[in-house]
Amino acid sequence: MSSSARNTGSGVTRRQFLLDATRSAAGVALASAALSLYGASGAQALPASAIRPPGALPEKEFLGACLRCGLCVRDCPYNTLKLAQLGEEVALGTPYFEARKVPCEMCDDIPCVAVCPSGALDPQLKKIELARMGLAVLIDHEACIAFQGLRCEVCFNVCPVRGKAITLEYRRNQRTGMHAFFIPVVHSSDCTGCGKCEKACILEEAAIKVLPFELAKGMLGKHYRLGWKEKQKAGHAIIGDDVKHRYNLPEGMHYEHAGRGLVIDQPPGAPAPLPGSDALPDSPFPDDPLKRLNSGKGGI
Amino acid sequence: MSESSAARAKRRPGLEAVQEQGWWKAHRWLLLRRLSQLSILLLFLAGPLWGVWIIKGNLAASLTLDLLPLSDPLVVLQELAAGQTPLTNALLGAGIIALFYALLGGRVFCAWVCPVNPISDAANWLRQRLGLKGGAKVSRSVRYWLLAAVLVLAAVSGALLWELINPVHALYRALLFGVGWIGWMAAALFVLELVSGRDMWCGHLCPMGAFYALLGRFSLLRVTADARARCNECMDCYAVCPEPTILSNPVNGAEKGLQPLIDSGLCSNCGRCIDVCARDVFRFAPRWNSDQNPSVEP
Repeated sequence: MSSSARNTGSGVTRRQFLLDATRSAAGVALASAALSLYGASGAQALPASAIRPPGALPEKEFLGACLRCGLCVRDCPYNTLKLAQLGEEVALGTPYFEARKVPCEMCDDIPCVAVCPSGALDPQLKKIELARMGLAVLIDHEACIAFQGLRCEVCFNVCPVRGKAITLEYRRNQRTGMHAFFIPVVHSSDCTGCGKCEKACILEEAAIKVLPFELAKGMLGKHYRLGWKEKQKAGHAIIGDDVKHRYNLPEGMHYEHAGRGLVIDQPPGAPAPLPGSDALPDSPFPDDPLKRLNSGKGGI
Repeated sequence: MSESSAARAKRRPGLEAVQEQGWWKAHRWLLLRRLSQLSILLLFLAGPLWGVWIIKGNLAASLTLDLLPLSDPLVVLQELAAGQTPLTNALLGAGIIALFYALLGGRVFCAWVCPVNPISDAANWLRQRLGLKGGAKVSRSVRYWLLAAVLVLAAVSGALLWELINPVHALYRALLFGVGWIGWMAAALFVLELVSGRDMWCGHLCPMGAFYALLGRFSLLRVTADARARCNECMDCYAVCPEPTILSNPVNGAEKGLQPLIDSGLCSNCGRCIDVCARDVFRFAPRWNSDQNPSVEP
Protein backbone atom coordinates (compact mmCIF):
# COMPACT_ATOMS: atom_id res chain seq x y z
CA MET A 1 0.00 0.00 0.00
CA SER A 2 1.51 3.28 -1.03
CA SER A 3 0.42 5.20 2.03
CA SER A 4 1.91 2.70 4.43
CA ALA A 5 5.15 2.77 2.44
CA ARG A 6 5.11 6.53 2.95
CA ASN A 7 5.23 5.98 6.67
CA THR A 8 8.40 3.93 6.52
CA GLY A 9 10.36 6.99 5.46
CA SER A 10 12.57 5.71 2.67
CA GLY A 11 14.90 8.11 0.80
CA VAL A 12 12.56 8.83 -2.08
CA THR A 13 9.60 9.63 0.16
CA ARG A 14 11.81 11.84 2.27
CA ARG A 15 12.76 13.78 -0.83
CA GLN A 16 9.10 13.89 -1.75
CA PHE A 17 8.30 15.12 1.72
CA LEU A 18 10.89 17.90 1.54
CA LEU A 19 9.61 18.88 -1.88
CA ASP A 20 6.05 18.96 -0.59
CA ALA A 21 7.06 20.97 2.45
CA THR A 22 8.97 23.51 0.39
CA ARG A 23 6.14 23.90 -2.05
CA SER A 24 3.59 24.25 0.76
CA ALA A 25 5.70 26.80 2.59
CA ALA A 26 6.18 28.82 -0.57
CA GLY A 27 2.47 28.74 -1.36
CA VAL A 28 1.48 29.72 2.14
CA ALA A 29 4.07 32.51 2.20
CA LEU A 30 2.59 33.88 -1.02
CA ALA A 31 -0.94 33.62 0.31
CA SER A 32 0.11 35.33 3.54
CA ALA A 33 1.74 38.15 1.63
CA ALA A 34 -1.44 38.60 -0.38
CA LEU A 35 -3.53 38.59 2.78
CA SER A 36 -1.28 41.16 4.45
CA LEU A 37 -1.50 43.39 1.40
CA TYR A 38 -5.28 43.03 1.35
CA GLY A 39 -5.43 43.71 5.07
CA ALA A 40 -3.08 46.66 4.85
CA SER A 41 -4.86 48.28 1.94
CA GLY A 42 -8.59 48.63 1.88
CA ALA A 43 -9.79 46.11 4.37
CA GLN A 44 -8.51 47.86 7.47
CA ALA A 45 -9.33 51.43 6.53
CA LEU A 46 -12.48 52.58 8.21
CA PRO A 47 -14.63 54.86 6.07
CA ALA A 48 -15.30 58.22 7.70
CA SER A 49 -19.02 57.52 7.99
CA ALA A 50 -18.50 54.31 9.98
CA ILE A 51 -18.34 54.89 13.72
CA ARG A 52 -17.14 52.27 16.19
CA PRO A 53 -19.18 51.49 19.33
CA PRO A 54 -18.40 53.31 22.60
CA GLY A 55 -15.19 52.25 24.32
CA ALA A 56 -13.70 50.90 21.10
CA LEU A 57 -9.92 50.69 21.25
CA PRO A 58 -8.00 52.80 18.72
CA GLU A 59 -8.67 51.31 15.29
CA LYS A 60 -5.40 49.46 14.94
CA GLU A 61 -5.73 47.71 18.30
CA PHE A 62 -9.44 47.21 17.76
CA LEU A 63 -8.71 45.11 14.67
CA GLY A 64 -6.42 42.92 16.74
CA ALA A 65 -8.89 42.49 19.57
CA CYS A 66 -12.38 42.23 18.08
CA LEU A 67 -13.45 38.59 17.74
CA ARG A 68 -16.30 39.62 15.42
CA CYS A 69 -18.88 37.74 17.48
CA GLY A 70 -21.59 40.39 17.25
CA LEU A 71 -22.53 40.23 20.93
CA CYS A 72 -22.37 44.04 21.10
CA VAL A 73 -24.81 44.16 18.19
CA ARG A 74 -27.17 41.83 20.02
CA ASP A 75 -27.10 43.66 23.32
CA CYS A 76 -27.63 47.12 21.85
CA PRO A 77 -31.28 47.87 22.66
CA TYR A 78 -31.63 50.32 19.79
CA ASN A 79 -30.27 48.21 16.95
CA THR A 80 -27.65 50.84 16.38
CA LEU A 81 -24.76 48.53 15.63
CA LYS A 82 -24.27 46.21 12.72
CA LEU A 83 -21.52 43.84 11.64
CA ALA A 84 -19.68 44.57 8.43
CA GLN A 85 -20.55 42.08 5.72
CA LEU A 86 -18.60 40.92 2.73
CA GLY A 87 -18.46 43.72 0.19
CA GLU A 88 -18.63 46.52 2.77
CA GLU A 89 -15.70 48.83 3.34
CA VAL A 90 -15.43 48.10 7.05
CA ALA A 91 -13.22 45.15 8.09
CA LEU A 92 -15.35 42.01 7.70
CA GLY A 93 -17.38 41.11 10.75
CA THR A 94 -16.50 44.11 12.91
CA PRO A 95 -19.21 46.27 14.48
CA TYR A 96 -19.96 49.85 13.50
CA PHE A 97 -22.79 52.29 13.10
CA GLU A 98 -23.69 55.13 10.81
CA ALA A 99 -24.80 58.18 12.76
CA ARG A 100 -27.11 59.51 10.06
CA LYS A 101 -29.02 56.20 10.05
CA VAL A 102 -29.15 55.15 13.71
CA PRO A 103 -27.08 57.09 16.22
CA CYS A 104 -25.88 55.82 19.60
CA GLU A 105 -28.44 56.43 22.33
CA MET A 106 -25.75 56.54 25.03
CA CYS A 107 -27.23 54.03 27.49
CA ASP A 108 -26.11 54.57 31.08
CA ASP A 109 -25.13 50.93 31.55
CA ILE A 110 -23.36 50.71 28.14
CA PRO A 111 -24.58 47.14 27.39
CA CYS A 112 -22.41 46.77 24.28
CA VAL A 113 -19.28 47.30 26.34
CA ALA A 114 -20.52 45.10 29.16
CA VAL A 115 -21.07 42.09 26.89
CA CYS A 116 -17.88 42.34 24.81
CA PRO A 117 -15.76 39.27 25.64
CA SER A 118 -12.60 40.36 23.86
CA GLY A 119 -11.86 43.73 25.42
CA ALA A 120 -12.11 45.39 22.01
CA LEU A 121 -14.68 47.60 23.72
CA ASP A 122 -12.74 48.77 26.73
CA PRO A 123 -14.43 47.65 30.00
CA GLN A 124 -12.73 50.61 31.71
CA LEU A 125 -15.37 52.83 30.15
CA LYS A 126 -17.91 53.17 32.94
CA LYS A 127 -19.48 56.52 32.12
CA ILE A 128 -20.93 56.91 28.68
CA GLU A 129 -20.23 60.65 28.78
CA LEU A 130 -16.55 59.76 28.60
CA ALA A 131 -17.00 57.79 25.38
CA ARG A 132 -15.24 59.20 22.35
CA MET A 133 -16.78 57.41 19.39
CA GLY A 134 -15.89 60.27 17.10
CA LEU A 135 -16.23 64.01 17.00
CA ALA A 136 -19.13 66.03 15.62
CA VAL A 137 -18.03 68.69 13.19
CA LEU A 138 -20.21 71.43 11.75
CA ILE A 139 -18.68 70.66 8.45
CA ASP A 140 -20.70 72.76 6.00
CA HIS A 141 -21.11 76.37 7.06
CA GLU A 142 -22.59 77.23 3.71
CA ALA A 143 -25.54 74.87 4.00
CA CYS A 144 -26.17 75.14 7.76
CA ILE A 145 -29.17 77.43 8.00
CA ALA A 146 -27.93 79.01 11.22
CA PHE A 147 -25.36 80.71 9.03
CA GLN A 148 -28.17 82.19 6.94
CA GLY A 149 -29.50 83.87 10.04
CA LEU A 150 -32.37 81.38 10.34
CA ARG A 151 -33.31 79.75 13.60
CA CYS A 152 -32.73 76.01 13.84
CA GLU A 153 -30.58 74.84 16.76
CA VAL A 154 -31.87 71.28 16.32
CA CYS A 155 -28.39 69.81 16.78
CA PHE A 156 -27.96 71.87 19.94
CA ASN A 157 -31.30 70.73 21.31
CA VAL A 158 -30.96 66.99 20.63
CA CYS A 159 -27.44 66.77 22.01
CA PRO A 160 -27.38 64.41 25.01
CA VAL A 161 -24.59 66.49 26.51
CA ARG A 162 -26.63 69.61 25.82
CA GLY A 163 -24.99 72.90 26.44
CA LYS A 164 -21.57 71.33 26.83
CA ALA A 165 -20.78 69.38 23.68
CA ILE A 166 -22.62 71.92 21.53
CA THR A 167 -23.10 75.52 22.57
CA LEU A 168 -24.64 78.39 20.67
CA GLU A 169 -22.54 81.39 19.83
CA TYR A 170 -24.36 84.62 19.09
CA ARG A 171 -23.05 86.71 16.26
CA ARG A 172 -24.31 89.91 14.74
CA ASN A 173 -26.27 89.45 11.54
CA GLN A 174 -24.79 92.12 9.36
CA ARG A 175 -27.24 91.52 6.55
CA THR A 176 -30.20 92.73 8.57
CA GLY A 177 -28.16 94.71 11.04
CA MET A 178 -30.70 93.99 13.73
CA HIS A 179 -30.72 90.21 14.19
CA ALA A 180 -28.40 87.54 15.54
CA PHE A 181 -26.89 84.38 14.18
CA PHE A 182 -27.20 81.41 16.53
CA ILE A 183 -24.12 79.46 15.54
CA PRO A 184 -23.69 75.91 16.91
CA VAL A 185 -20.18 75.29 18.17
CA VAL A 186 -18.97 71.75 19.01
CA HIS A 187 -16.59 71.27 21.92
CA SER A 188 -14.32 68.26 21.69
CA SER A 189 -13.93 68.28 25.47
CA ASP A 190 -17.48 66.97 25.86
CA CYS A 191 -18.63 65.56 22.51
CA THR A 192 -19.00 61.75 22.72
CA GLY A 193 -19.53 61.28 18.99
CA CYS A 194 -22.93 59.67 19.50
CA GLY A 195 -24.18 61.19 16.29
CA LYS A 196 -27.60 62.37 17.45
CA CYS A 197 -26.88 65.81 16.03
CA GLU A 198 -26.03 64.35 12.64
CA LYS A 199 -29.14 62.20 12.72
CA ALA A 200 -31.34 65.17 13.63
CA CYS A 201 -29.87 67.74 11.23
CA ILE A 202 -32.80 69.06 9.20
CA LEU A 203 -30.85 69.38 5.97
CA GLU A 204 -31.16 66.76 3.27
CA GLU A 205 -27.46 66.09 3.75
CA ALA A 206 -26.38 66.83 7.31
CA ALA A 207 -24.24 69.93 7.78
CA ILE A 208 -22.99 68.52 11.08
CA LYS A 209 -21.33 65.13 10.89
CA VAL A 210 -19.59 62.80 13.28
CA LEU A 211 -16.15 62.00 12.00
CA PRO A 212 -13.48 59.70 13.40
CA PHE A 213 -11.37 61.61 15.88
CA GLU A 214 -8.18 61.36 13.88
CA LEU A 215 -9.96 62.88 10.92
CA ALA A 216 -11.84 65.60 12.75
CA LYS A 217 -9.36 66.84 15.31
CA GLY A 218 -6.57 69.22 14.48
CA MET A 219 -3.52 69.41 16.68
CA LEU A 220 -1.66 72.53 17.73
CA GLY A 221 2.12 72.24 17.54
CA LYS A 222 3.45 71.08 20.90
CA HIS A 223 5.62 74.18 21.21
CA TYR A 224 2.67 76.56 21.09
CA ARG A 225 1.77 78.48 24.24
CA LEU A 226 -1.24 80.72 24.30
CA GLY A 227 -0.11 83.77 26.27
CA TRP A 228 -3.45 84.54 27.87
CA LYS A 229 -3.92 80.95 29.02
CA GLU A 230 -0.40 80.68 30.39
CA LYS A 231 -0.96 83.96 32.20
CA GLN A 232 -4.17 82.60 33.72
CA LYS A 233 -2.43 79.39 34.76
CA ALA A 234 0.54 81.13 36.31
CA GLY A 235 -1.53 83.90 37.89
CA HIS A 236 0.71 86.51 36.33
CA ALA A 237 2.32 87.32 33.07
CA ILE A 238 5.03 84.78 32.36
CA ILE A 239 7.14 87.11 30.28
CA GLY A 240 8.80 90.25 31.71
CA ASP A 241 7.83 93.83 30.87
CA ASP A 242 8.58 95.04 27.39
CA VAL A 243 12.06 96.37 27.00
CA LYS A 244 11.89 100.06 26.24
CA HIS A 245 12.53 100.45 22.57
CA ARG A 246 15.63 102.36 21.73
CA TYR A 247 15.38 104.65 18.79
CA ASN A 248 18.81 105.35 17.54
CA LEU A 249 18.13 109.06 17.04
CA PRO A 250 20.53 111.98 16.72
CA GLU A 251 21.22 113.94 19.82
CA GLY A 252 18.53 116.36 20.78
CA MET A 253 15.67 114.17 19.67
CA HIS A 254 13.50 111.48 21.15
CA TYR A 255 10.53 109.46 20.07
CA GLU A 256 7.31 109.06 21.99
CA HIS A 257 5.60 105.83 21.00
CA ALA A 258 1.82 106.27 21.06
CA GLY A 259 2.51 109.86 21.95
CA ARG A 260 3.65 112.82 20.01
CA GLY A 261 6.01 110.83 17.83
CA LEU A 262 9.32 112.41 17.00
CA VAL A 263 10.12 115.16 19.43
CA ILE A 264 12.92 117.60 18.98
CA ASP A 265 14.21 118.60 22.34
CA GLN A 266 14.32 122.36 22.69
CA PRO A 267 17.68 123.72 23.67
CA PRO A 268 17.35 125.52 26.97
CA GLY A 269 16.22 129.07 26.48
CA ALA A 270 14.70 128.56 23.05
CA PRO A 271 11.12 129.66 22.71
CA ALA A 272 8.52 126.93 22.76
CA PRO A 273 6.50 126.65 19.56
CA LEU A 274 3.18 128.32 19.85
CA PRO A 275 0.40 125.89 20.51
CA GLY A 276 -1.86 125.48 17.53
CA SER A 277 0.61 127.05 15.18
CA ASP A 278 0.99 125.29 11.86
CA ALA A 279 4.68 125.84 11.83
CA LEU A 280 6.43 122.52 11.72
CA PRO A 281 9.44 122.15 13.93
CA ASP A 282 12.69 122.74 12.20
CA SER A 283 13.98 119.70 10.46
CA PRO A 284 16.58 117.84 12.46
CA PHE A 285 18.44 117.22 9.27
CA PRO A 286 20.81 119.67 7.70
CA ASP A 287 19.70 121.06 4.40
CA ASP A 288 22.75 119.76 2.65
CA PRO A 289 22.53 115.93 2.48
CA LEU A 290 26.28 115.62 2.00
CA LYS A 291 26.86 117.32 5.32
CA ARG A 292 24.75 114.71 6.98
CA LEU A 293 26.56 111.84 5.34
CA ASN A 294 29.93 113.24 6.24
CA SER A 295 29.07 114.04 9.82
CA GLY A 296 29.28 110.33 10.83
CA LYS A 297 27.51 110.66 14.12
CA GLY A 298 24.08 112.10 13.90
CA GLY A 299 23.07 110.06 10.91
CA ILE A 300 19.88 108.08 11.29
CA MET B 1 -18.04 -8.20 -7.76
CA SER B 2 -18.10 -7.51 -11.47
CA GLU B 3 -16.10 -4.69 -13.01
CA SER B 4 -19.12 -2.59 -13.87
CA SER B 5 -20.64 -2.77 -10.42
CA ALA B 6 -17.29 -1.81 -8.92
CA ALA B 7 -17.23 1.25 -11.12
CA ARG B 8 -20.81 1.98 -10.15
CA ALA B 9 -19.95 1.62 -6.48
CA LYS B 10 -17.17 4.15 -6.93
CA ARG B 11 -19.69 6.66 -8.08
CA ARG B 12 -22.27 5.64 -5.55
CA PRO B 13 -20.43 4.38 -2.48
CA GLY B 14 -22.71 2.87 0.09
CA LEU B 15 -25.07 1.31 -2.43
CA GLU B 16 -24.27 -2.13 -1.14
CA ALA B 17 -24.85 -1.03 2.42
CA VAL B 18 -28.27 0.32 1.45
CA GLN B 19 -29.13 -2.95 -0.23
CA GLU B 20 -27.97 -5.08 2.65
CA GLN B 21 -28.89 -2.99 5.65
CA GLY B 22 -31.58 -0.63 4.48
CA TRP B 23 -31.52 3.06 3.66
CA TRP B 24 -31.78 4.31 7.23
CA LYS B 25 -28.89 2.32 8.62
CA ALA B 26 -26.74 3.24 5.65
CA HIS B 27 -27.37 6.96 6.27
CA ARG B 28 -27.70 7.08 10.03
CA TRP B 29 -24.65 9.13 10.92
CA LEU B 30 -25.00 11.34 7.88
CA LEU B 31 -28.54 12.27 8.89
CA LEU B 32 -27.57 12.78 12.50
CA ARG B 33 -24.76 15.04 11.34
CA ARG B 34 -27.08 17.12 9.20
CA LEU B 35 -29.45 17.29 12.13
CA SER B 36 -26.64 18.49 14.38
CA GLN B 37 -25.52 21.13 11.87
CA LEU B 38 -29.06 22.31 11.37
CA SER B 39 -30.09 22.38 15.01
CA ILE B 40 -26.99 24.29 16.07
CA LEU B 41 -27.67 26.82 13.34
CA LEU B 42 -31.31 27.02 14.43
CA LEU B 43 -30.29 27.58 18.04
CA PHE B 44 -28.35 30.60 16.84
CA LEU B 45 -31.05 31.68 14.41
CA ALA B 46 -33.90 31.44 16.91
CA GLY B 47 -32.86 34.80 18.34
CA PRO B 48 -32.66 36.95 15.23
CA LEU B 49 -35.55 35.15 13.49
CA TRP B 50 -38.08 34.59 16.26
CA GLY B 51 -36.74 36.56 19.20
CA VAL B 52 -36.01 33.43 21.21
CA TRP B 53 -32.57 34.19 22.54
CA ILE B 54 -30.95 30.89 23.43
CA ILE B 55 -27.54 31.63 21.96
CA LYS B 56 -26.33 35.12 21.14
CA GLY B 57 -23.31 35.83 19.00
CA ASN B 58 -21.84 33.40 16.52
CA LEU B 59 -19.24 30.67 16.22
CA ALA B 60 -16.39 33.08 17.01
CA ALA B 61 -17.83 33.83 20.44
CA SER B 62 -21.26 33.41 21.93
CA LEU B 63 -23.27 33.61 25.09
CA THR B 64 -25.79 30.87 25.83
CA LEU B 65 -28.78 31.85 27.96
CA ASP B 66 -26.82 34.96 29.00
CA LEU B 67 -24.73 32.67 31.14
CA LEU B 68 -22.42 30.28 29.35
CA PRO B 69 -19.64 31.92 27.33
CA LEU B 70 -18.22 29.93 24.44
CA SER B 71 -15.56 31.06 22.03
CA ASP B 72 -13.46 29.71 19.22
CA PRO B 73 -10.04 28.97 20.72
CA LEU B 74 -8.26 29.78 17.46
CA VAL B 75 -9.81 33.25 17.25
CA VAL B 76 -8.88 33.91 20.88
CA LEU B 77 -5.37 32.65 20.16
CA GLN B 78 -5.19 35.09 17.27
CA GLU B 79 -6.20 37.93 19.58
CA LEU B 80 -3.45 36.91 21.99
CA ALA B 81 -0.97 36.71 19.13
CA ALA B 82 -2.04 40.17 18.03
CA GLY B 83 -0.95 41.44 21.44
CA GLN B 84 -4.40 42.14 22.83
CA THR B 85 -5.86 40.86 26.07
CA PRO B 86 -9.12 38.91 25.88
CA LEU B 87 -11.42 39.23 28.88
CA THR B 88 -12.34 36.35 31.17
CA ASN B 89 -15.42 35.42 29.14
CA ALA B 90 -13.43 34.93 25.96
CA LEU B 91 -10.70 32.93 27.70
CA LEU B 92 -13.18 30.82 29.64
CA GLY B 93 -15.24 30.21 26.51
CA ALA B 94 -12.17 29.19 24.53
CA GLY B 95 -11.14 26.84 27.35
CA ILE B 96 -14.53 25.14 27.44
CA ILE B 97 -14.61 24.66 23.68
CA ALA B 98 -11.01 23.44 23.57
CA LEU B 99 -11.63 20.92 26.32
CA PHE B 100 -14.85 19.73 24.69
CA TYR B 101 -13.23 19.03 21.34
CA ALA B 102 -10.08 17.64 22.89
CA LEU B 103 -12.22 14.95 24.50
CA LEU B 104 -14.58 14.39 21.58
CA GLY B 105 -12.17 14.53 18.66
CA GLY B 106 -11.25 18.00 17.48
CA ARG B 107 -12.54 17.75 13.98
CA VAL B 108 -15.95 16.80 15.29
CA PHE B 109 -16.38 20.54 14.84
CA CYS B 110 -15.71 20.19 11.12
CA ALA B 111 -18.17 17.37 10.57
CA TRP B 112 -20.90 18.22 13.01
CA VAL B 113 -20.94 22.01 13.37
CA CYS B 114 -19.02 23.87 10.66
CA PRO B 115 -21.22 25.55 8.02
CA VAL B 116 -18.68 24.89 5.28
CA ASN B 117 -19.16 21.15 5.68
CA PRO B 118 -22.54 20.93 3.88
CA ILE B 119 -21.14 23.01 0.99
CA SER B 120 -18.05 20.87 0.81
CA ASP B 121 -20.05 17.65 1.07
CA ALA B 122 -22.47 18.78 -1.61
CA ALA B 123 -19.65 19.66 -3.99
CA ASN B 124 -17.92 16.36 -3.38
CA TRP B 125 -21.14 14.44 -3.80
CA LEU B 126 -21.63 16.11 -7.16
CA ARG B 127 -17.98 15.51 -8.03
CA GLN B 128 -18.45 11.85 -7.37
CA ARG B 129 -21.68 11.61 -9.33
CA LEU B 130 -20.19 13.42 -12.29
CA GLY B 131 -17.12 11.25 -12.05
CA LEU B 132 -14.82 14.29 -12.02
CA LYS B 133 -11.20 13.36 -11.68
CA GLY B 134 -8.03 15.28 -11.10
CA GLY B 135 -7.70 18.82 -9.84
CA ALA B 136 -4.91 20.77 -8.24
CA LYS B 137 -2.27 18.81 -6.41
CA VAL B 138 -2.01 20.38 -3.01
CA SER B 139 -0.35 18.73 -0.07
CA ARG B 140 -2.60 17.98 2.86
CA SER B 141 0.01 19.54 5.13
CA VAL B 142 -0.64 23.00 3.69
CA ARG B 143 -3.30 23.53 6.33
CA TYR B 144 -0.70 23.32 9.11
CA TRP B 145 1.46 25.86 7.35
CA LEU B 146 -1.60 28.05 7.00
CA LEU B 147 -2.41 27.59 10.67
CA ALA B 148 1.07 28.79 11.58
CA ALA B 149 0.72 31.64 9.09
CA VAL B 150 -2.61 32.71 10.63
CA LEU B 151 -0.95 33.17 14.02
CA VAL B 152 2.21 34.72 12.62
CA LEU B 153 0.15 37.16 10.55
CA ALA B 154 -1.81 38.19 13.63
CA ALA B 155 1.39 38.67 15.60
CA VAL B 156 3.13 40.66 12.88
CA SER B 157 0.22 42.85 11.81
CA GLY B 158 -1.50 43.20 15.17
CA ALA B 159 -4.79 42.54 13.38
CA LEU B 160 -6.87 39.40 12.91
CA LEU B 161 -6.06 39.24 9.22
CA TRP B 162 -7.33 35.69 8.81
CA GLU B 163 -10.75 36.71 10.04
CA LEU B 164 -11.03 39.04 7.05
CA ILE B 165 -11.49 36.02 4.84
CA ASN B 166 -12.22 33.05 7.13
CA PRO B 167 -15.29 31.53 5.47
CA VAL B 168 -16.21 29.39 8.48
CA HIS B 169 -17.07 32.40 10.61
CA ALA B 170 -18.13 34.57 7.68
CA LEU B 171 -20.86 32.12 6.66
CA TYR B 172 -22.41 31.93 10.10
CA ARG B 173 -22.11 35.66 10.63
CA ALA B 174 -23.79 36.32 7.34
CA LEU B 175 -26.66 33.99 8.15
CA LEU B 176 -27.14 35.48 11.60
CA PHE B 177 -26.47 39.16 11.00
CA GLY B 178 -27.78 39.82 7.51
CA VAL B 179 -26.62 38.19 4.38
CA GLY B 180 -24.58 40.69 2.36
CA TRP B 181 -22.52 39.16 -0.43
CA ILE B 182 -22.01 35.90 1.37
CA GLY B 183 -23.69 33.89 -1.37
CA TRP B 184 -20.62 34.56 -3.46
CA MET B 185 -18.33 33.14 -0.83
CA ALA B 186 -20.47 30.01 -0.52
CA ALA B 187 -20.59 29.66 -4.29
CA ALA B 188 -16.84 30.16 -4.56
CA LEU B 189 -16.23 27.45 -1.97
CA PHE B 190 -18.57 25.11 -3.80
CA VAL B 191 -16.81 25.68 -7.10
CA LEU B 192 -13.39 25.35 -5.45
CA GLU B 193 -14.32 21.98 -4.04
CA LEU B 194 -15.92 20.89 -7.28
CA VAL B 195 -13.16 21.71 -9.71
CA SER B 196 -9.92 22.03 -7.77
CA GLY B 197 -9.99 18.69 -6.08
CA ARG B 198 -11.73 16.53 -3.56
CA ASP B 199 -12.04 18.19 -0.15
CA MET B 200 -9.72 20.96 -1.25
CA TRP B 201 -10.85 23.39 1.41
CA CYS B 202 -11.62 21.20 4.39
CA GLY B 203 -8.96 18.58 3.78
CA HIS B 204 -6.07 20.67 2.49
CA LEU B 205 -6.39 24.36 3.33
CA CYS B 206 -8.61 25.19 6.29
CA PRO B 207 -6.41 26.25 9.23
CA MET B 208 -9.31 25.83 11.65
CA GLY B 209 -9.52 22.19 10.63
CA ALA B 210 -5.78 21.88 11.21
CA PHE B 211 -6.11 23.46 14.62
CA TYR B 212 -8.92 21.13 15.63
CA ALA B 213 -6.96 18.17 14.27
CA LEU B 214 -4.10 19.02 16.62
CA LEU B 215 -6.51 19.66 19.45
CA GLY B 216 -8.24 16.30 19.06
CA ARG B 217 -5.05 14.32 18.62
CA PHE B 218 -5.62 12.30 21.77
CA SER B 219 -9.39 12.49 21.94
CA LEU B 220 -11.29 9.80 23.77
CA LEU B 221 -13.97 9.14 21.18
CA ARG B 222 -12.73 7.38 18.05
CA VAL B 223 -13.80 5.36 15.10
CA THR B 224 -12.27 1.93 15.11
CA ALA B 225 -12.07 -0.69 12.38
CA ASP B 226 -11.85 -3.51 14.87
CA ALA B 227 -14.03 -5.75 12.72
CA ARG B 228 -11.62 -5.35 9.82
CA ALA B 229 -11.44 -9.12 9.42
CA ARG B 230 -14.82 -8.77 7.71
CA CYS B 231 -13.52 -6.20 5.19
CA ASN B 232 -13.93 -7.19 1.54
CA GLU B 233 -11.97 -4.23 0.22
CA CYS B 234 -14.89 -2.64 -1.60
CA MET B 235 -13.23 0.74 -0.95
CA ASP B 236 -16.49 2.51 -0.23
CA CYS B 237 -15.08 3.93 3.01
CA TYR B 238 -12.17 5.42 1.07
CA ALA B 239 -14.64 6.93 -1.36
CA VAL B 240 -16.60 8.78 1.32
CA CYS B 241 -13.91 9.55 3.88
CA PRO B 242 -12.84 13.20 3.74
CA GLU B 243 -9.40 12.13 5.00
CA PRO B 244 -8.92 8.78 3.23
CA THR B 245 -5.20 8.60 4.02
CA ILE B 246 -5.96 7.93 7.67
CA LEU B 247 -7.92 4.78 6.84
CA SER B 248 -5.21 2.63 5.32
CA ASN B 249 -3.32 1.68 8.46
CA PRO B 250 -6.31 0.80 10.61
CA VAL B 251 -8.25 -0.94 7.85
CA ASN B 252 -5.49 -2.66 5.91
CA GLY B 253 -2.68 -2.85 8.43
CA ALA B 254 -3.65 -6.08 10.11
CA GLU B 255 -0.72 -8.07 8.71
CA LYS B 256 1.69 -5.34 9.81
CA GLY B 257 0.28 -5.46 13.30
CA LEU B 258 -1.08 -1.92 13.10
CA GLN B 259 -3.93 -1.15 15.44
CA PRO B 260 -7.50 -0.88 14.11
CA LEU B 261 -8.13 2.38 15.96
CA ILE B 262 -8.24 5.42 13.71
CA ASP B 263 -5.71 7.31 15.73
CA SER B 264 -5.25 10.39 13.58
CA GLY B 265 -6.48 13.75 14.80
CA LEU B 266 -7.58 14.39 11.24
CA CYS B 267 -10.56 12.07 11.67
CA SER B 268 -13.67 14.22 11.99
CA ASN B 269 -15.74 11.46 13.58
CA CYS B 270 -18.28 12.00 10.83
CA GLY B 271 -19.21 8.33 10.81
CA ARG B 272 -19.70 8.10 7.05
CA CYS B 273 -17.41 5.06 6.95
CA ILE B 274 -19.70 3.37 9.45
CA ASP B 275 -22.69 4.23 7.26
CA VAL B 276 -21.38 3.03 3.93
CA CYS B 277 -19.72 -0.16 5.08
CA ALA B 278 -21.97 -3.08 4.23
CA ARG B 279 -19.86 -5.34 6.46
CA ASP B 280 -20.04 -3.28 9.64
CA VAL B 281 -16.28 -3.02 9.90
CA PHE B 282 -16.36 0.30 11.76
CA ARG B 283 -17.90 1.57 14.95
CA PHE B 284 -17.52 4.45 17.36
CA ALA B 285 -15.63 3.44 20.47
CA PRO B 286 -13.84 4.98 23.37
CA ARG B 287 -10.11 5.08 22.73
CA TRP B 288 -9.36 2.57 25.48
CA ASN B 289 -12.04 0.18 24.36
CA SER B 290 -11.17 -0.26 20.72
CA ASP B 291 -9.12 -3.44 20.78
CA GLN B 292 -11.92 -5.79 21.71
CA ASN B 293 -11.35 -7.67 18.53
CA PRO B 294 -7.68 -7.22 17.67
CA SER B 295 -6.76 -9.08 14.54
CA VAL B 296 -3.05 -9.22 15.17
CA GLU B 297 -0.94 -8.59 18.22
CA PRO B 298 2.24 -6.61 17.59
